[in-house]
Amino acid sequence: MPDEQHLFVRTDADIVSARQAGRALATQLGFSDSDAVLIATAISEIARNMVEYAKGGEIVLTPERVNGRQGLSILARDEGPGIADVELALKDGYTTGSGLGLGLPGTRRIMDEFQVDSVVGRGTTVLMKKWVS
Amino acid sequence: MHLPILRLGRTLIVPLPEALTDSEWQLLRDRILARVGTDRARGVVIDVSAMDVMDSYATRVLDGLARMVELRGATTVVVGVTPQVAFAMSQLGLKLGNASTALDLDEALAVLARLQRRPAHAG
Repeated sequence: MPDEQHLFVRTDADIVSARQAGRALATQLGFSDSDAVLIATAISEIARNMVEYAKGGEIVLTPERVNGRQGLSILARDEGPGIADVELALKDGYTTGSGLGLGLPGTRRIMDEFQVDSVVGRGTTVLMKKWVS
Repeated sequence: MHLPILRLGRTLIVPLPEALTDSEWQLLRDRILARVGTDRARGVVIDVSAMDVMDSYATRVLDGLARMVELRGATTVVVGVTPQVAFAMSQLGLKLGNASTALDLDEALAVLARLQRRPAHAG
C-alpha cells in the first residue's frame, strides 16, 4: 500500500497541489475516475476553508484497508479560530466567508464518512473517508 | 501564467489549463472582461475540458464572470464539462446559472450563432 502523505496548505497554489496529490493517490488505490474527481474536489473545498479561515494547516492522506476494502482517509487539521456551531456550518447555504456555503455540506455529501471536531480558539479537524465501491 | 484568449470573429475562445489557482481565476476573469470590450466580442466560449476539478470557488468565479460578461453585452458558453466533473458538480450542488453550456466548441459556436441571429430590436 502507498505511504501516507503529509501536505502543508498555506496558499492557493497549495490547494491545487493538495487536490492533485489526492487525485493521484485515489487513482493508485483503485478508485474510479469519477470517485477520484470527487475526492480531489472534497480536498479542494477543505483546503480552501483552511486557507480562507485558518491561514493554512495540514492535510494527511492515508490509504486504508478494512475487511478487504480499500479506502482513503483524509485528515485536515488547522489551528484557526475554530467553528462555534458545527451543525450550522454543515447546513447548505450557511457561510461567514465569501462563498455560497456549499463547501462543507457539499463535501459531507460526496464522502462516505465525514466528521468535524472544532474548538473555538484552538482549531478545526475534519476527518473524511471514501471507500472503493 | 500564460493563458491564451483566442479570437474567432466576434467570439473569444478561452481554453483553460488543467488547474487554476484562486488568484489566477480572478486574473483570468478580469482579462476576459477587458477583452470583451477591446475585441467587441459578442460571445465568450470557455473550454473547461482539461480542468481537473470544478469546485465551489471555480464555479462561483465562472458564474460571476458569465453574469459580468452578460452585463457587458455578450454571452458566455461553457464547454467541455467532463462526465466526472459534471458528477462532482451535481453532487456538490454547484450551478452555472448565468452561463449556457454546450458539449464542445462546435456546439458552442452553433448556440452563439443562433442567439446572434435574433434581431436586436423587436418590431
